[in-house]
Amino acid sequence: MAIIETRELSLVYGQGSALEVTALDKCSFSIEAGEVLGVIGHTGSGKSTLAQLLNGLLKPTSGKVLLDGKDIWGKPKEIRRVRFDVGLVFQYPEYQLFEDTVYKDIAFGPKNKGLKGDELDRAVREAAEFTGLKPELLEKSPFDLSGGEKRRAAIAGVMAMRPRVLILDEPTAGLDPHGRERILDRVLEYRDKTGSAIVLVSHSMEDIARVSDRVLVLNHGRAEMCDPTAAVFSRGEELAAMGLRVPQVTEIFLELKKLGVDVNTSVYTVKDGLAQVLRLLRGGAENNE
Amino acid sequence: MSDITLGQYYHQKSLLHRMDARVKMMLMIGYIVIIFLANNLPSVLLMGLCTLFYIALSKVPLRLYFKGLGAIWFLVLLTAILNCLYVPGHELFTIWKFTVTFEGVRQSCYVAARLICLILISSILTFTTTPTELTAAIESLLSPLKLFGVKVHDLAMMMTIALRFVPTLLEETEKIMSAQKARGADIGSGGAFKRIKAVVPILIPLFVSAFRRAYDLALAMECRCYTDGKGRTKLNPMKIKFRDVAGFIVASALAAGIILLRTVPHWRVLIAGAGEFIGRFL
Repeated sequence: MAIIETRELSLVYGQGSALEVTALDKCSFSIEAGEVLGVIGHTGSGKSTLAQLLNGLLKPTSGKVLLDGKDIWGKPKEIRRVRFDVGLVFQYPEYQLFEDTVYKDIAFGPKNKGLKGDELDRAVREAAEFTGLKPELLEKSPFDLSGGEKRRAAIAGVMAMRPRVLILDEPTAGLDPHGRERILDRVLEYRDKTGSAIVLVSHSMEDIARVSDRVLVLNHGRAEMCDPTAAVFSRGEELAAMGLRVPQVTEIFLELKKLGVDVNTSVYTVKDGLAQVLRLLRGGAENNE
Repeated sequence: MSDITLGQYYHQKSLLHRMDARVKMMLMIGYIVIIFLANNLPSVLLMGLCTLFYIALSKVPLRLYFKGLGAIWFLVLLTAILNCLYVPGHELFTIWKFTVTFEGVRQSCYVAARLICLILISSILTFTTTPTELTAAIESLLSPLKLFGVKVHDLAMMMTIALRFVPTLLEETEKIMSAQKARGADIGSGGAFKRIKAVVPILIPLFVSAFRRAYDLALAMECRCYTDGKGRTKLNPMKIKFRDVAGFIVASALAAGIILLRTVPHWRVLIAGAGEFIGRFL
Protein backbone atom coordinates (compact mmCIF):
# COMPACT_ATOMS: atom_id res chain seq x y z
CA MET A 1 0.00 0.00 0.00
CA ALA A 2 1.14 3.51 -0.76
CA ILE A 3 2.53 5.43 2.23
CA ILE A 4 1.53 8.77 0.79
CA GLU A 5 -1.11 9.45 -1.77
CA THR A 6 -2.28 12.80 -3.04
CA ARG A 7 -5.68 13.39 -4.54
CA GLU A 8 -6.25 16.38 -6.79
CA LEU A 9 -3.92 18.38 -4.59
CA SER A 10 -4.04 22.12 -5.30
CA LEU A 11 -2.58 25.17 -3.67
CA VAL A 12 -3.37 28.75 -4.61
CA TYR A 13 -1.33 31.56 -3.04
CA GLY A 14 -3.12 34.82 -2.29
CA GLN A 15 -6.52 33.44 -3.19
CA GLY A 16 -9.03 36.12 -4.07
CA SER A 17 -6.42 38.86 -4.41
CA ALA A 18 -5.04 40.37 -7.60
CA LEU A 19 -1.81 38.44 -7.08
CA GLU A 20 -3.42 35.00 -7.14
CA VAL A 21 -0.91 32.34 -8.14
CA THR A 22 -1.73 28.67 -8.63
CA ALA A 23 1.37 26.92 -7.34
CA LEU A 24 -0.02 23.42 -7.60
CA ASP A 25 -2.90 22.30 -9.76
CA LYS A 26 -4.75 19.04 -9.08
CA CYS A 27 -1.75 16.77 -8.53
CA SER A 28 -2.49 13.12 -7.95
CA PHE A 29 0.23 10.55 -7.38
CA SER A 30 1.40 8.07 -4.79
CA ILE A 31 4.62 7.04 -3.10
CA GLU A 32 5.32 3.45 -2.11
CA ALA A 33 7.44 2.34 0.82
CA GLY A 34 11.06 1.69 -0.13
CA GLU A 35 10.97 3.58 -3.41
CA VAL A 36 12.83 6.69 -4.51
CA LEU A 37 10.63 9.20 -6.27
CA GLY A 38 12.49 11.91 -8.16
CA VAL A 39 10.70 15.22 -8.62
CA ILE A 40 11.81 17.48 -11.46
CA GLY A 41 10.45 20.70 -12.92
CA HIS A 42 11.72 24.14 -13.87
CA THR A 43 12.04 26.93 -11.31
CA GLY A 44 8.60 27.89 -10.02
CA SER A 45 6.92 24.69 -11.18
CA GLY A 46 5.67 23.93 -7.68
CA LYS A 47 8.31 21.51 -6.41
CA SER A 48 8.97 23.23 -3.10
CA THR A 49 5.27 23.87 -2.56
CA LEU A 50 4.58 20.17 -3.09
CA ALA A 51 7.29 19.23 -0.57
CA GLN A 52 5.72 21.49 2.08
CA LEU A 53 2.22 20.17 1.37
CA LEU A 54 3.33 16.59 1.91
CA ASN A 55 4.41 17.22 5.51
CA GLY A 56 1.64 19.63 6.39
CA LEU A 57 3.63 22.86 6.53
CA LEU A 58 1.22 24.23 3.96
CA LYS A 59 -2.47 23.50 3.91
CA PRO A 60 -3.90 22.61 0.49
CA THR A 61 -6.52 24.92 -1.00
CA SER A 62 -8.31 21.82 -2.25
CA GLY A 63 -7.56 18.12 -2.52
CA LYS A 64 -6.02 15.80 0.03
CA VAL A 65 -2.76 14.32 1.20
CA LEU A 66 -3.32 10.81 2.53
CA LEU A 67 -0.75 9.30 4.91
CA ASP A 68 -1.42 5.58 5.32
CA GLY A 69 -4.81 6.24 3.77
CA LYS A 70 -5.76 8.95 6.30
CA ASP A 71 -6.13 12.64 5.46
CA ILE A 72 -3.31 14.48 7.25
CA TRP A 73 -5.59 17.46 7.83
CA GLY A 74 -8.27 15.22 9.36
CA LYS A 75 -7.28 16.54 12.81
CA PRO A 76 -5.61 19.92 12.21
CA LYS A 77 -4.40 20.10 15.82
CA GLU A 78 -2.29 17.01 15.38
CA ILE A 79 -0.57 18.15 12.21
CA ARG A 80 2.74 18.27 14.08
CA ARG A 81 2.73 14.49 14.31
CA VAL A 82 2.69 14.17 10.53
CA ARG A 83 6.07 15.90 10.42
CA PHE A 84 7.72 13.08 12.33
CA ASP A 85 6.48 10.58 9.75
CA VAL A 86 7.17 12.77 6.76
CA GLY A 87 10.60 14.35 7.23
CA LEU A 88 11.45 17.34 5.10
CA VAL A 89 14.98 18.55 4.48
CA PHE A 90 14.85 22.07 3.09
CA GLN A 91 17.18 23.61 0.54
CA TYR A 92 20.48 24.64 2.14
CA PRO A 93 19.49 22.97 5.42
CA GLU A 94 22.83 23.92 7.01
CA TYR A 95 21.40 27.41 7.63
CA GLN A 96 18.99 26.04 10.21
CA LEU A 97 21.64 24.63 12.56
CA PHE A 98 21.49 26.43 15.89
CA GLU A 99 22.65 24.36 18.86
CA ASP A 100 26.14 24.58 20.37
CA THR A 101 27.03 21.02 19.46
CA VAL A 102 26.19 18.86 16.47
CA TYR A 103 24.84 16.22 18.85
CA LYS A 104 22.29 18.60 20.38
CA ASP A 105 21.28 19.88 17.00
CA ILE A 106 20.58 16.40 15.66
CA ALA A 107 18.68 15.66 18.88
CA PHE A 108 16.31 18.62 18.35
CA GLY A 109 13.92 16.70 16.07
CA PRO A 110 13.72 13.40 17.98
CA LYS A 111 13.38 15.34 21.26
CA ASN A 112 10.37 17.17 19.83
CA LYS A 113 9.05 13.76 18.86
CA GLY A 114 9.23 12.80 22.53
CA LEU A 115 12.29 10.53 22.62
CA LYS A 116 14.31 10.49 25.86
CA GLY A 117 17.41 8.98 27.39
CA ASP A 118 18.91 5.94 25.66
CA GLU A 119 16.35 6.00 22.89
CA LEU A 120 17.26 9.59 22.06
CA ASP A 121 20.97 8.83 22.21
CA ARG A 122 20.54 5.87 19.90
CA ALA A 123 18.48 7.91 17.41
CA VAL A 124 21.16 10.65 17.29
CA ARG A 125 24.10 8.27 16.89
CA GLU A 126 22.31 6.23 14.25
CA ALA A 127 21.45 9.33 12.25
CA ALA A 128 25.07 10.48 12.45
CA GLU A 129 26.11 7.08 11.17
CA PHE A 130 23.54 7.17 8.34
CA THR A 131 25.00 10.44 7.13
CA GLY A 132 28.59 9.38 7.67
CA LEU A 133 29.42 11.91 10.37
CA LYS A 134 32.34 10.75 12.50
CA PRO A 135 31.45 10.34 16.21
CA GLU A 136 34.09 12.91 17.24
CA LEU A 137 32.30 15.56 15.17
CA LEU A 138 29.21 15.22 17.39
CA GLU A 139 30.79 17.22 20.19
CA LYS A 140 31.92 20.05 17.90
CA SER A 141 29.99 23.24 17.23
CA PRO A 142 28.01 22.91 14.01
CA PHE A 143 29.45 26.26 12.92
CA ASP A 144 32.98 24.78 12.88
CA LEU A 145 32.16 22.06 10.36
CA SER A 146 32.98 22.18 6.65
CA GLY A 147 30.19 22.93 4.16
CA GLY A 148 29.57 19.29 3.27
CA GLU A 149 29.67 18.21 6.92
CA LYS A 150 27.17 20.90 7.89
CA ARG A 151 24.84 19.71 5.17
CA ARG A 152 25.11 16.14 6.40
CA ALA A 153 24.59 17.19 10.01
CA ALA A 154 21.41 19.01 8.99
CA ILE A 155 20.15 15.99 7.08
CA ALA A 156 20.97 13.81 10.08
CA GLY A 157 18.76 16.15 12.14
CA VAL A 158 15.78 15.07 10.06
CA MET A 159 16.79 11.41 9.70
CA ALA A 160 17.02 11.15 13.49
CA MET A 161 13.23 11.44 13.66
CA ARG A 162 13.17 8.22 11.61
CA PRO A 163 10.62 9.51 9.10
CA ARG A 164 8.98 6.86 6.97
CA VAL A 165 9.01 9.32 4.09
CA LEU A 166 12.11 11.45 3.69
CA ILE A 167 11.74 14.45 1.39
CA LEU A 168 14.92 16.20 0.31
CA ASP A 169 14.72 19.52 -1.51
CA GLU A 170 17.88 19.96 -3.62
CA PRO A 171 20.10 18.15 -1.11
CA THR A 172 23.17 18.37 -3.36
CA ALA A 173 22.95 22.04 -4.39
CA GLY A 174 26.27 23.83 -4.07
CA LEU A 175 28.31 20.76 -3.19
CA ASP A 176 31.32 19.42 -5.08
CA PRO A 177 30.91 16.18 -7.12
CA HIS A 178 32.36 14.07 -4.34
CA GLY A 179 30.01 15.63 -1.77
CA ARG A 180 27.01 15.06 -4.05
CA GLU A 181 27.79 11.36 -4.52
CA ARG A 182 28.27 10.96 -0.83
CA ILE A 183 24.96 12.51 0.14
CA LEU A 184 23.02 10.52 -2.45
CA ASP A 185 24.69 7.29 -1.33
CA ARG A 186 23.80 8.04 2.28
CA VAL A 187 20.20 8.72 1.39
CA LEU A 188 19.97 5.41 -0.47
CA GLU A 189 21.54 3.69 2.51
CA TYR A 190 18.90 5.19 4.79
CA ARG A 191 16.23 3.86 2.46
CA ASP A 192 17.80 0.38 2.39
CA LYS A 193 18.15 0.16 6.17
CA THR A 194 14.79 1.59 7.17
CA GLY A 195 12.60 0.73 4.20
CA SER A 196 11.46 4.34 4.04
CA ALA A 197 10.31 6.11 0.92
CA ILE A 198 12.49 8.90 -0.44
CA VAL A 199 11.30 11.93 -2.35
CA LEU A 200 14.19 13.69 -4.06
CA VAL A 201 13.57 17.14 -5.51
CA SER A 202 16.40 18.17 -7.79
CA HIS A 203 17.46 20.20 -10.79
CA SER A 204 20.20 17.74 -11.55
CA MET A 205 18.96 15.13 -14.03
CA GLU A 206 22.13 13.14 -13.33
CA ASP A 207 21.25 12.86 -9.63
CA ILE A 208 17.68 11.95 -10.44
CA ALA A 209 18.67 9.32 -13.01
CA ARG A 210 21.15 7.80 -10.61
CA VAL A 211 18.85 7.17 -7.66
CA SER A 212 15.18 7.39 -8.72
CA ASP A 213 12.89 4.46 -9.33
CA ARG A 214 10.16 6.73 -10.62
CA VAL A 215 10.12 10.37 -11.66
CA LEU A 216 7.38 12.94 -11.16
CA VAL A 217 7.54 15.79 -13.67
CA LEU A 218 5.94 19.07 -12.65
CA ASN A 219 5.16 21.81 -15.12
CA HIS A 220 3.34 24.99 -14.06
CA GLY A 221 1.99 23.17 -11.02
CA ARG A 222 0.66 20.21 -12.99
CA ALA A 223 1.90 16.66 -12.70
CA GLU A 224 2.73 15.96 -16.35
CA MET A 225 4.32 12.54 -15.89
CA CYS A 226 4.78 10.11 -13.04
CA ASP A 227 6.47 7.06 -14.50
CA PRO A 228 9.54 4.84 -14.09
CA THR A 229 12.77 6.78 -14.66
CA ALA A 230 13.59 5.17 -18.02
CA ALA A 231 10.11 5.92 -19.36
CA VAL A 232 10.35 9.59 -18.38
CA PHE A 233 13.81 10.15 -19.83
CA SER A 234 12.85 8.45 -23.09
CA ARG A 235 10.53 11.41 -23.71
CA GLY A 236 13.38 13.89 -24.12
CA GLU A 237 11.55 16.21 -26.49
CA GLU A 238 8.59 16.65 -24.19
CA LEU A 239 10.97 17.37 -21.31
CA ALA A 240 12.82 19.95 -23.41
CA ALA A 241 9.49 21.69 -24.11
CA MET A 242 9.06 22.10 -20.32
CA GLY A 243 12.52 23.63 -19.92
CA LEU A 244 14.02 20.36 -18.68
CA ARG A 245 16.46 17.98 -20.29
CA VAL A 246 17.64 14.39 -20.18
CA PRO A 247 20.88 13.45 -18.39
CA GLN A 248 24.06 14.48 -20.22
CA VAL A 249 25.09 10.89 -20.83
CA THR A 250 21.76 10.25 -22.58
CA GLU A 251 22.37 13.31 -24.76
CA ILE A 252 25.71 11.85 -25.83
CA PHE A 253 24.08 8.61 -26.89
CA LEU A 254 21.34 10.45 -28.76
CA GLU A 255 24.08 12.33 -30.65
CA LEU A 256 25.94 9.09 -31.37
CA LYS A 257 22.76 7.64 -32.81
CA LYS A 258 22.42 10.70 -35.07
CA LEU A 259 25.97 10.17 -36.31
CA GLY A 260 24.94 6.71 -37.42
CA VAL A 261 26.48 4.70 -34.59
CA ASP A 262 24.22 1.79 -33.74
CA VAL A 263 23.59 2.39 -30.01
CA ASN A 264 20.76 1.89 -27.62
CA THR A 265 19.71 5.40 -26.48
CA SER A 266 18.01 4.34 -23.27
CA VAL A 267 21.12 5.06 -21.22
CA TYR A 268 20.53 7.24 -18.17
CA THR A 269 23.53 6.77 -15.94
CA VAL A 270 27.25 6.98 -16.56
CA LYS A 271 27.60 3.38 -15.42
CA ASP A 272 25.19 2.09 -18.10
CA GLY A 273 26.82 4.33 -20.68
CA LEU A 274 30.25 2.98 -19.84
CA ALA A 275 29.04 -0.60 -20.17
CA GLN A 276 27.61 0.08 -23.58
CA VAL A 277 30.70 1.92 -24.83
CA LEU A 278 32.90 -0.97 -23.68
CA ARG A 279 30.69 -3.45 -25.48
CA LEU A 280 30.88 -1.37 -28.65
CA LEU A 281 34.67 -1.09 -28.47
CA ARG A 282 35.18 -4.79 -27.84
CA GLY A 283 32.66 -6.16 -30.30
CA GLY A 284 33.03 -3.50 -33.00
CA ALA A 285 30.02 -1.72 -34.42
CA GLU A 286 29.21 -4.34 -37.07
CA ASN A 287 28.43 -7.26 -34.77
CA ASN A 288 26.63 -5.20 -32.15
CA GLU A 289 23.38 -6.93 -31.39
CA MET B 1 4.00 37.54 8.20
CA SER B 2 4.41 38.53 4.59
CA ASP B 3 1.75 41.23 4.85
CA ILE B 4 4.04 43.50 6.85
CA THR B 5 4.81 46.29 4.44
CA LEU B 6 8.01 48.19 4.84
CA GLY B 7 7.32 51.81 5.57
CA GLN B 8 3.94 52.55 4.14
CA TYR B 9 4.70 54.14 0.81
CA TYR B 10 1.57 54.17 -1.33
CA HIS B 11 2.25 54.48 -5.02
CA GLN B 12 0.23 57.30 -6.53
CA LYS B 13 0.80 60.31 -8.75
CA SER B 14 0.09 63.42 -6.77
CA LEU B 15 1.64 66.79 -6.12
CA LEU B 16 2.72 65.62 -2.68
CA HIS B 17 4.39 62.54 -4.16
CA ARG B 18 6.39 64.67 -6.57
CA MET B 19 7.46 67.23 -4.00
CA ASP B 20 11.03 67.23 -2.74
CA ALA B 21 11.36 64.94 0.27
CA ARG B 22 13.44 67.52 2.17
CA VAL B 23 10.74 70.17 1.84
CA LYS B 24 8.09 67.67 2.93
CA MET B 25 10.14 66.62 5.91
CA MET B 26 10.77 70.20 7.06
CA LEU B 27 7.10 71.04 6.67
CA MET B 28 6.15 67.98 8.67
CA ILE B 29 8.45 68.94 11.51
CA GLY B 30 7.10 72.49 11.37
CA TYR B 31 3.50 71.29 11.52
CA ILE B 32 4.21 68.97 14.43
CA VAL B 33 5.47 71.94 16.42
CA ILE B 34 2.50 74.07 15.40
CA ILE B 35 0.03 71.34 16.31
CA PHE B 36 1.06 71.76 19.91
CA LEU B 37 0.56 75.49 19.69
CA ALA B 38 -3.07 75.22 18.58
CA ASN B 39 -5.06 75.71 21.75
CA ASN B 40 -8.37 77.26 20.89
CA LEU B 41 -11.31 76.37 18.71
CA PRO B 42 -10.43 78.42 15.59
CA SER B 43 -6.82 77.25 15.47
CA VAL B 44 -7.71 73.60 16.11
CA LEU B 45 -10.35 73.78 13.39
CA LEU B 46 -7.96 75.31 10.87
CA MET B 47 -5.37 72.71 11.77
CA GLY B 48 -7.88 69.93 11.11
CA LEU B 49 -8.88 71.49 7.81
CA CYS B 50 -5.22 71.80 6.78
CA THR B 51 -4.65 68.12 7.59
CA LEU B 52 -7.69 67.09 5.54
CA PHE B 53 -6.55 69.34 2.71
CA TYR B 54 -3.14 67.64 2.57
CA ILE B 55 -4.72 64.19 2.81
CA ALA B 56 -6.90 65.04 -0.18
CA LEU B 57 -3.84 66.33 -2.04
CA SER B 58 -1.96 63.08 -1.43
CA LYS B 59 -4.63 61.04 -3.30
CA VAL B 60 -4.05 58.19 -0.84
CA PRO B 61 -7.32 56.48 0.18
CA LEU B 62 -8.65 57.86 3.47
CA ARG B 63 -9.20 54.38 4.87
CA LEU B 64 -5.45 53.73 4.78
CA TYR B 65 -4.92 56.74 7.01
CA PHE B 66 -7.47 55.47 9.48
CA LYS B 67 -5.95 52.00 9.38
CA GLY B 68 -2.68 53.69 10.34
CA LEU B 69 -4.40 55.26 13.35
CA GLY B 70 -5.30 51.75 14.57
CA ALA B 71 -3.42 51.30 17.82
CA ILE B 72 -3.28 55.04 18.49
CA TRP B 73 -7.00 55.22 19.34
CA PHE B 74 -6.25 53.75 22.73
CA LEU B 75 -3.70 56.44 23.47
CA VAL B 76 -6.05 59.16 22.24
CA LEU B 77 -8.84 57.87 24.45
CA LEU B 78 -6.60 57.57 27.48
CA THR B 79 -5.20 61.10 27.25
CA ALA B 80 -8.67 62.47 26.57
CA ILE B 81 -10.08 60.81 29.69
CA LEU B 82 -7.17 61.94 31.85
CA ASN B 83 -7.59 65.50 30.63
CA CYS B 84 -11.31 65.37 31.33
CA LEU B 85 -10.68 64.46 34.94
CA TYR B 86 -7.79 66.66 35.91
CA VAL B 87 -8.45 70.08 34.40
CA PRO B 88 -10.06 72.42 36.95
CA GLY B 89 -12.89 74.77 35.99
CA HIS B 90 -16.68 74.98 35.86
CA GLU B 91 -18.17 71.75 37.14
CA LEU B 92 -20.35 69.81 34.70
CA PHE B 93 -21.05 66.67 36.74
CA THR B 94 -19.39 64.50 39.35
CA ILE B 95 -19.05 60.73 39.40
CA TRP B 96 -17.85 59.35 42.72
CA LYS B 97 -14.64 61.30 43.40
CA PHE B 98 -14.08 62.57 39.88
CA THR B 99 -15.34 65.91 38.73
CA VAL B 100 -15.72 66.58 35.04
CA THR B 101 -15.40 70.22 34.12
CA PHE B 102 -16.33 72.17 31.01
CA GLU B 103 -12.70 73.20 30.56
CA GLY B 104 -11.63 69.58 30.97
CA VAL B 105 -13.94 68.36 28.22
CA ARG B 106 -12.80 71.18 25.95
CA GLN B 107 -9.15 70.47 26.67
CA SER B 108 -9.51 66.75 26.05
CA CYS B 109 -11.18 67.41 22.70
CA TYR B 110 -8.27 69.60 21.69
CA VAL B 111 -5.72 67.06 22.85
CA ALA B 112 -7.43 64.25 20.96
CA ALA B 113 -7.65 66.36 17.82
CA ARG B 114 -3.98 67.26 18.11
CA LEU B 115 -2.86 63.66 18.55
CA ILE B 116 -4.91 62.50 15.58
CA CYS B 117 -3.56 65.33 13.42
CA LEU B 118 -0.04 64.49 14.54
CA ILE B 119 -0.34 60.90 13.36
CA LEU B 120 -2.11 61.87 10.15
CA ILE B 121 0.48 64.50 9.25
CA SER B 122 3.37 62.12 9.75
CA SER B 123 1.49 59.44 7.77
CA ILE B 124 1.18 61.87 4.89
CA LEU B 125 4.97 62.02 4.72
CA THR B 126 5.46 58.25 4.85
CA PHE B 127 2.62 57.54 2.42
CA THR B 128 3.98 59.90 -0.21
CA THR B 129 7.72 59.36 0.19
CA THR B 130 9.68 56.17 -0.49
CA PRO B 131 12.11 55.00 2.20
CA THR B 132 14.98 55.74 -0.20
CA GLU B 133 13.84 59.33 -0.63
CA LEU B 134 13.44 59.65 3.12
CA THR B 135 17.00 58.56 3.84
CA ALA B 136 18.32 60.84 1.09
CA ALA B 137 16.36 63.70 2.66
CA ILE B 138 17.71 62.95 6.11
CA GLU B 139 21.24 62.84 4.74
CA SER B 140 20.77 66.17 3.02
CA LEU B 141 19.10 67.85 5.99
CA LEU B 142 21.74 66.61 8.42
CA SER B 143 24.66 67.54 6.18
CA PRO B 144 25.46 70.71 8.17
CA LEU B 145 26.49 68.38 11.01
CA LYS B 146 29.47 67.36 8.88
CA LEU B 147 31.15 70.51 10.16
CA PHE B 148 31.17 68.93 13.59
CA GLY B 149 32.66 65.69 12.31
CA VAL B 150 29.46 63.67 12.23
CA LYS B 151 29.60 61.06 9.44
CA VAL B 152 26.24 61.89 7.95
CA HIS B 153 26.78 59.87 4.78
CA ASP B 154 27.66 56.75 6.74
CA LEU B 155 24.58 57.15 8.88
CA ALA B 156 22.37 57.49 5.82
CA MET B 157 24.01 54.48 4.18
CA MET B 158 23.41 52.43 7.32
CA MET B 159 19.76 53.39 7.31
CA THR B 160 19.41 52.55 3.63
CA ILE B 161 21.01 49.14 4.10
CA ALA B 162 18.91 48.40 7.16
CA LEU B 163 15.73 49.22 5.28
CA ARG B 164 16.88 47.20 2.29
CA PHE B 165 17.37 44.10 4.41
CA VAL B 166 14.08 44.11 6.28
CA PRO B 167 12.15 42.17 3.60
CA THR B 168 15.11 39.83 3.02
CA LEU B 169 15.37 38.95 6.68
CA LEU B 170 11.61 38.53 6.97
CA GLU B 171 11.71 36.01 4.17
CA GLU B 172 14.64 34.30 5.85
CA THR B 173 12.75 34.14 9.15
CA GLU B 174 9.87 32.45 7.44
CA LYS B 175 12.16 29.88 5.85
CA ILE B 176 13.91 29.10 9.13
CA MET B 177 10.58 28.82 10.91
CA SER B 178 9.34 26.30 8.35
CA ALA B 179 12.56 24.33 8.61
CA GLN B 180 12.34 24.12 12.41
CA LYS B 181 8.66 23.27 12.24
CA ALA B 182 9.59 20.44 9.88
CA ARG B 183 11.76 19.16 12.73
CA GLY B 184 8.74 19.21 14.99
CA ALA B 185 9.33 22.57 16.66
CA ASP B 186 6.21 23.79 18.39
CA ILE B 187 6.04 27.50 17.73
CA GLY B 188 3.38 29.78 19.12
CA SER B 189 1.81 27.54 21.72
CA GLY B 190 2.37 26.78 25.38
CA GLY B 191 3.22 29.13 28.24
CA ALA B 192 5.34 32.27 28.09
CA PHE B 193 8.56 30.48 29.00
CA LYS B 194 7.99 27.75 26.45
CA ARG B 195 7.27 30.33 23.80
CA ILE B 196 10.44 32.26 24.50
CA LYS B 197 12.44 29.04 24.40
CA ALA B 198 10.86 28.18 21.04
CA VAL B 199 12.28 31.38 19.55
CA VAL B 200 15.91 30.38 20.09
CA PRO B 201 16.06 27.88 17.18
CA ILE B 202 14.83 30.68 14.92
CA LEU B 203 16.87 33.60 16.25
CA ILE B 204 20.27 31.94 16.20
CA PRO B 205 20.19 30.88 12.54
CA LEU B 206 18.73 34.29 11.71
CA PHE B 207 21.61 36.13 13.37
CA VAL B 208 24.15 33.85 11.74
CA SER B 209 22.63 34.53 8.37
CA ALA B 210 22.40 38.28 9.00
CA PHE B 211 26.12 38.39 9.78
CA ARG B 212 26.91 36.28 6.73
CA ARG B 213 24.91 38.66 4.55
CA ALA B 214 26.61 41.66 6.11
CA TYR B 215 30.06 40.26 5.33
CA ASP B 216 29.02 39.39 1.78
CA LEU B 217 27.59 42.85 1.24
CA ALA B 218 30.68 44.58 2.65
CA LEU B 219 32.86 42.53 0.34
CA ALA B 220 30.65 43.24 -2.67
CA MET B 221 30.70 46.96 -1.90
CA GLU B 222 34.47 47.01 -1.55
CA CYS B 223 34.80 45.10 -4.82
CA ARG B 224 32.95 47.96 -6.45
CA CYS B 225 35.31 50.45 -4.85
CA TYR B 226 32.87 51.90 -2.34
CA THR B 227 34.42 54.59 -0.18
CA ASP B 228 32.80 56.93 2.29
CA GLY B 229 30.80 59.98 1.28
CA LYS B 230 33.61 62.14 -0.11
CA GLY B 231 33.31 62.81 -3.81
CA ARG B 232 30.35 60.53 -4.37
CA THR B 233 27.64 61.79 -6.68
CA LYS B 234 23.98 60.82 -6.73
CA LEU B 235 22.09 59.06 -9.50
CA ASN B 236 19.04 61.19 -8.83
CA PRO B 237 20.21 64.44 -7.27
CA MET B 238 17.47 66.24 -5.38
CA LYS B 239 16.51 69.59 -6.84
CA ILE B 240 14.18 72.23 -5.48
CA LYS B 241 11.65 73.06 -8.17
CA PHE B 242 8.88 75.61 -8.52
CA ARG B 243 6.27 73.30 -7.01
CA ASP B 244 8.44 72.86 -3.92
CA VAL B 245 8.77 76.61 -3.39
CA ALA B 246 5.05 77.13 -4.06
CA GLY B 247 4.08 74.27 -1.78
CA PHE B 248 6.34 75.57 0.94
CA ILE B 249 4.83 79.06 0.75
CA VAL B 250 1.22 77.81 0.82
CA ALA B 251 1.90 75.43 3.69
CA SER B 252 3.77 78.12 5.63
CA ALA B 253 0.92 80.56 5.08
CA LEU B 254 -1.56 78.05 6.48
CA ALA B 255 0.73 77.38 9.40
CA ALA B 256 1.01 81.08 10.04
CA GLY B 257 -2.79 81.23 9.96
CA ILE B 258 -2.97 78.63 12.73
CA ILE B 259 -0.56 80.64 14.87
CA LEU B 260 -2.52 83.84 14.24
CA LEU B 261 -5.83 82.23 15.13
CA ARG B 262 -4.27 81.17 18.37
CA THR B 263 -4.33 84.81 19.44
CA VAL B 264 -8.06 85.26 18.71
CA PRO B 265 -9.04 85.96 22.33
CA HIS B 266 -6.52 88.76 22.33
CA TRP B 267 -8.12 90.09 19.17
CA ARG B 268 -11.40 90.39 20.95
CA VAL B 269 -9.73 92.43 23.60
CA LEU B 270 -8.06 94.45 20.91
CA ILE B 271 -11.28 95.01 18.99
CA ALA B 272 -13.19 95.80 22.15
CA GLY B 273 -10.45 98.18 23.17
CA ALA B 274 -10.45 99.78 19.76
CA GLY B 275 -14.26 100.09 19.87
CA GLU B 276 -14.11 101.78 23.24
CA PHE B 277 -11.38 104.05 21.99
CA ILE B 278 -13.41 105.07 18.92
CA GLY B 279 -16.55 105.32 21.04
CA ARG B 280 -14.98 108.02 23.16
CA PHE B 281 -14.61 110.19 20.14
CA LEU B 282 -18.19 109.70 18.98
